[in-house]
Amino acid sequence: MSASVLFDVPGPKARATYRIVAVIGVLLLVAVLFVVIRGLANPDNNQFTAEKWSPFLESATWTSFLLPGLLSTLKAAALSILLAAILGTLLGIGRLSTITPVRIVAGIFVEFFRSVPVLMLMLFFYYLAIYFLQIQGSGSSFFGVVAGLTIYNSAVIAELIRSGVHSLPKGQGEAGMAIGLTTSQTMLTVLLPQAITAMLPALVSQLVVIFKDTALGYIISYPDLLRSGQTLASGLGNLIPALIVMAAMYIAINWTLTSVANRIEARLRSKGAAVVALEDEPAAV
Amino acid sequence: MEGFQTLLTEYNVLAALLMTIKLTILSALGALVIGTLVAVFRVSPIGVLRVFGAGYVNLVRNTPLTLITFFAFFGVSITLSVNLADPTSPTSIADNTFRFGVIALSIYHAAFVAESLRSGVNTVPPGQAEAARAIGLNFTQTLSQVVLPQAFRGAIAPLGNTLIALTKNTTVVATIGVAELALTMKNMVEFNSSLLFSIFALIAGCFVLLTLPTGILFTWLSRKLAVQR
Repeated sequence: MSASVLFDVPGPKARATYRIVAVIGVLLLVAVLFVVIRGLANPDNNQFTAEKWSPFLESATWTSFLLPGLLSTLKAAALSILLAAILGTLLGIGRLSTITPVRIVAGIFVEFFRSVPVLMLMLFFYYLAIYFLQIQGSGSSFFGVVAGLTIYNSAVIAELIRSGVHSLPKGQGEAGMAIGLTTSQTMLTVLLPQAITAMLPALVSQLVVIFKDTALGYIISYPDLLRSGQTLASGLGNLIPALIVMAAMYIAINWTLTSVANRIEARLRSKGAAVVALEDEPAAV
Repeated sequence: MEGFQTLLTEYNVLAALLMTIKLTILSALGALVIGTLVAVFRVSPIGVLRVFGAGYVNLVRNTPLTLITFFAFFGVSITLSVNLADPTSPTSIADNTFRFGVIALSIYHAAFVAESLRSGVNTVPPGQAEAARAIGLNFTQTLSQVVLPQAFRGAIAPLGNTLIALTKNTTVVATIGVAELALTMKNMVEFNSSLLFSIFALIAGCFVLLTLPTGILFTWLSRKLAVQR
């Protein structure tokens, strides 16, 4: 970090100041942690007693609550990303189509579903499944989660495809036309393969978003990781330890995915390929 | 059309819309303050602060917002019985959930504000900071008077995206019972399931009404305020 342009290489006086600020920072953090830990350990409601944490060492906790929960989370996330990738690619091609009605319909679909919250879409499809499609039992919440995530993320992926195609040099499309390919051939054989490569990092970070959003299935009783963890905690009265363990599981998986996305981006850049930069797309909230 | 009339007379959609707007504005302010602080930490010359900043962003960004909301409400408020509202006021319970909702939303979106600002700092040419240092400004002065003002202007587009995402994410606090649009929608469907499509159109319309102008405004702002180079 000595290469940062924001500050000079510190001299002896600045180094001393930095050290003091660092110590104050650490002390503040320790003080905050102390307050939190004292709050958690207050005698009426001690969150550190062994009985609140020991369930996480028993295999039954994992095999009958957390792992099935994680599995349904992964199942919903995997199916959604697959369906969203297919639908999103079609929509993305639609938005770039030369046929005006197709472009308008795809555009309205994408803009509308991008501006509607995922949770609302989940609620809508959940009740649609119950009242109109007559899906009984747990199928309705699964349908709600997967349909909601698919529709929302297909709109996001369609936008990614569009910016992927726009990030390519103009000469690519022109070259395709020049050797006599039709517009659809140019799109399918020249532009799209490069665009998908360019958006690969952004697509992987979208996977993080989908994985996090499955937790919204809680509101329609989808038995995902969060719901199973809460069921476990309501039996044992150890909500805070359960939330901490679940947060650690989510963070571990998402952090791995984020690192994969960054590595793909660095690799593509070093090859000189066009990349839809992750930094330009912090829409992945 | 009759469906809409029934819904609008039986449910207070306007109050729910106002609640969503209130959640959005307050959380946006909270996220902007925390996010700026975290972004400053991330570029500061002090290693420990950089680690704090990076740690905050990586932890918060990879946790589902629903889990953070639960932590704030069921963990801190219910389990540890921390109450943020005046217990004697008649709206004490609603105020308390609302405030914890705002805190959870601010904490979560601060990570994205910090990332947006960092990308904004990267749009400022190194010569700006070098010039500031050359005329003898220290780190705080360089950052607050030269780099950050330009970084904010360069970060308007991603900040706008974050604000739109925040508007949509306010629905998540429905899980702890804040009476905003998503919870109103849930109540509506449970009592008028035959009107599902009208309900969806109505609530979706409210969100389009909020996000579309925000998007247009921020696109215009990012062009208008872009630093000419």
